[in-house]
Amino acid sequence: MTDSFSSSARDAAKYVGAPAGVPNTAWEIAHAVKSGTVTATQVIEGYLQRIGALDGDIHAFNVVTAQEARAAAAHVDAEIAAGRDPGPLAGVPIALKDNLCTRGIPTTCSSKILDQWRPPYDATVVQRLAAAGAIAVGKTNLDEFAMGSSTENSAFGVTFNPHDISRVSGGSSGGSAAAVAAGFAPVSLGSDTGGSIRQPAALCGVVGVKPTYGTVSRYGLVAFASSLDQIGPFATDVRDAALVLEVISGHDHYDSTSIPQAPLDLQSVLDNGVEGLRIGRVTDLPGGADPDVVARLEMAFDALQAAGATIVDVELPSLKYGLTAYYLIAPAEASSNLARYDGVRYGLRVPATDTNAMYSATRSAGFGDEVKRRIMLGTYALSAGYYDAYYGKALKVRRLISDDFARAYERADVILTPTSPMVAFPVGAKVNDPLSMYLCDVYTIPTNLAGHPAMSVPFGTGDDGLPVGVQVLASTLGEKPMFRVAAALERSMKSGTSQGGAQ
Amino acid sequence: MSTETNSYMIDGYEIVCGLEVHVELATATKLFSASANRFGDEPNTHIDPVTLGLPGALPVLNRQAVELAMRIGLALNCTVQPSTFHRKNYFYPDMPKAYQISQYDQPINIDGWLELPGGKRIGVERAHLEEDTGKSTHIGGSGGRIHGSDHSLIDFNRAGVPLVEIVGRPDISTPDEAKQYVTELRQILVAIGASDAKMEEGSMRCDANVSVRKPGEPLGTRCEIKNVNSVRSLGRAIEYEARRQIVLLEDGEKIRQETRHWDETDGRTHTLRSKEDADDYRYFLEPDLVPVDPDPDWIEAVRRALPMLPRERRLRLSAATGSPADGEAIMVVVERGQDEYVLAVGEAGGDVARALVHVKEAYADQGSVPTIPAVDLAGLVGLETTGKVTATQAKQILAELVAHGGGDAAAIAAAKGFEAMDDSALESIVDGVIAAQAAAWEKYCGGEDKALGALVGAAMKASQGKADGKAVTALLNAKRTSA
Repeated sequence: MTDSFSSSARDAAKYVGAPAGVPNTAWEIAHAVKSGTVTATQVIEGYLQRIGALDGDIHAFNVVTAQEARAAAAHVDAEIAAGRDPGPLAGVPIALKDNLCTRGIPTTCSSKILDQWRPPYDATVVQRLAAAGAIAVGKTNLDEFAMGSSTENSAFGVTFNPHDISRVSGGSSGGSAAAVAAGFAPVSLGSDTGGSIRQPAALCGVVGVKPTYGTVSRYGLVAFASSLDQIGPFATDVRDAALVLEVISGHDHYDSTSIPQAPLDLQSVLDNGVEGLRIGRVTDLPGGADPDVVARLEMAFDALQAAGATIVDVELPSLKYGLTAYYLIAPAEASSNLARYDGVRYGLRVPATDTNAMYSATRSAGFGDEVKRRIMLGTYALSAGYYDAYYGKALKVRRLISDDFARAYERADVILTPTSPMVAFPVGAKVNDPLSMYLCDVYTIPTNLAGHPAMSVPFGTGDDGLPVGVQVLASTLGEKPMFRVAAALERSMKSGTSQGGAQ
Repeated sequence: MSTETNSYMIDGYEIVCGLEVHVELATATKLFSASANRFGDEPNTHIDPVTLGLPGALPVLNRQAVELAMRIGLALNCTVQPSTFHRKNYFYPDMPKAYQISQYDQPINIDGWLELPGGKRIGVERAHLEEDTGKSTHIGGSGGRIHGSDHSLIDFNRAGVPLVEIVGRPDISTPDEAKQYVTELRQILVAIGASDAKMEEGSMRCDANVSVRKPGEPLGTRCEIKNVNSVRSLGRAIEYEARRQIVLLEDGEKIRQETRHWDETDGRTHTLRSKEDADDYRYFLEPDLVPVDPDPDWIEAVRRALPMLPRERRLRLSAATGSPADGEAIMVVVERGQDEYVLAVGEAGGDVARALVHVKEAYADQGSVPTIPAVDLAGLVGLETTGKVTATQAKQILAELVAHGGGDAAAIAAAKGFEAMDDSALESIVDGVIAAQAAAWEKYCGGEDKALGALVGAAMKASQGKADGKAVTALLNAKRTSA
């Protein structure tokens, strides 16, 4: 860790960026492809070239689907040539977290137990992206089964942070966050169960959104904790995040928890400003955030006030129990969701003398330590004699947190907190201390427990010049005020009024 | 509940039995996916990502299954209530998700009853929805059990098929009541179109919880009997199990709470697993589904659409025919669903009591809508009740009607000459027989009544079946007396 500042600065210059010669945001790409100023094929070649040149050092991808991407780009170009509209994401390259089912393309969850498993179907989001003209470039690395906050729990190796490749990209959607930060795709999809989109977005300096539970179909998302999981986008800016979320949202018959509503309309509110909006400051926020992160959060409050918003104090007294409740509920659901990986029908099978021995051998070899830890934790929490004390009590805490939020949102339209207590940490720093790793998600987890939307917006840099994210939280279906605030924070950064690191 | 006292005792012990019946619903598709719900097809042809529990697949509740479950609940006098689904977690190769989605603490139907033909009510605690498992076939080893087999094959066509589990209260006191309960339940399920309820094909499966006690004592420890595959086996298994428990108790031993397997070949129950070995299913609310809260209007529409149930139909037929409601003829005819037809014969002018007997005797292979028009059977019954044809002739005419899917009974009678056979014609035939069968006639006249059969048979043959056997006998007897 000698002189990590200069290391970070050198890495960022090399790895953070975008392909030259083609537009670099989804919105611009789609516009350019539709207007004929660039072809989808030119765009995809630009991105594939950058992936080829740099992903060896970052390892954002488990697999790059260059051949399929080229075919899809050719199809978009043919549509344009035939005078048809390929859709709002015409020719836009997108990276997909490797827990989203893609027909015929390996979907591994970065686990040995699903190594080389090829789903016979596409996730609903994958279908919707394709129908909107987007081009999938590959499947991105993650903590095994989305369990982790650093993408170090992948069976296929770590994803490094493009801002400093000695540091983690965050997790569990580290590959999708790094892919956007490194310019391997202008946008990507991740999944967020306790912060797995927002935390890596913060650490990689990109926008990451966890929508309201039920806004985006989970059909085809390999389940970690079904009552908490939600798919959302990563993007380099707020507008691209809105664009992708509009495409993937809306009711889906194949997900019974999908809210029966039309796709979100977000781009229309981005320029509305924040005048009159009430921004909540949590007075009893659990401590532990690093000073550089807290300093950026304060600057965010200042920027919003300057833009016409009102800052109000809110209390969330149950928030401090969120982490504990989460680490009972999520593992409990995971212990059930992951029981199907038994070697009988697909994925890894380790032969043994009888069925039970085969189950045991397969699961011992196929799952990593963190996954095993959570399966055991969750099994215990649901067991006869322990259910009431653990899982049952955690459900009560979940209710209390929702009640706290409900009271807070009577006073505030959105709430602002740090996304992560710290900037990207060095690879290996927390791997032997699971509890310290779990604390990475202390500010993101309560949102999942409540089913609310939240997003991380890059807001300058902290120590070592590394990105800091500010988290914007809103109540159920409060995506519009949330995006208005996110857009205002982004404008304040671009205008230079909020630039510069903490002292 | 019934006020009748329980007089069925074995060595001073009474049986306490409750049944858990699983029925496969007659839906077009599975409980949580669009794959067909069909029995007997090529293995693994009705499968999809949900059925196979593939990563990322999610269940979507089948509305028709909910409706059929409500029909069952309403037919069993249950309250239909808002309900939820839980996950029941356990490992088995034919359970593709390693959990079964089942209703747990909030089932769709609660607190009903089923009335046996004799009038006793058996309580129904609940009737809840759940999904079926796949089917394992164990190859090699002995007895088709997984233990000791070389390998196993799994057919997932059945996985995800909707089931309703009907949990009866322990109100059953005799093996015969258990048989009646299942028979009655089966008829109700078929009548309301909820299931084909075939125990032999496994679309209806029955487990029996059996305990014994001396009258007035607290409930004894129960054992659950599985693998009972017919109504007859159910009675045998309960009887065997009760006697097994009584022998143990009389020897001063305790009953262990356990699950036991009925073996049809040796007629015994055998230990499958004890309570201590029972799985901890780690039930929790299924997060992939939302609560089911049927609209009151929907529940009422289902209630109104219920057909008349077998018990009411038996009472109706009993009132029309004067035959007892739980007598064999009415039980059989209602079970076949031919009661409407019998009543239709009455409406067409026929005698319903005669019609009941004919339908019961001759319509075994006719469906619930017999091929013979009711008016045709009414015509036959009319000939019979006015003495135009004999009972024997009526049977022959009925056989013709069955063979041709109906017809004019009077015309058939005329064609067979039944009405034309007057006394002089009969006498000339009998005289002819006496002449031709002189030896038999002499024996008959000598007091050997055994010879009568040959003479009557010859007369019937000579008349080509048109003669009335009773009239021939009477004529022969008169001639002997006067000879």
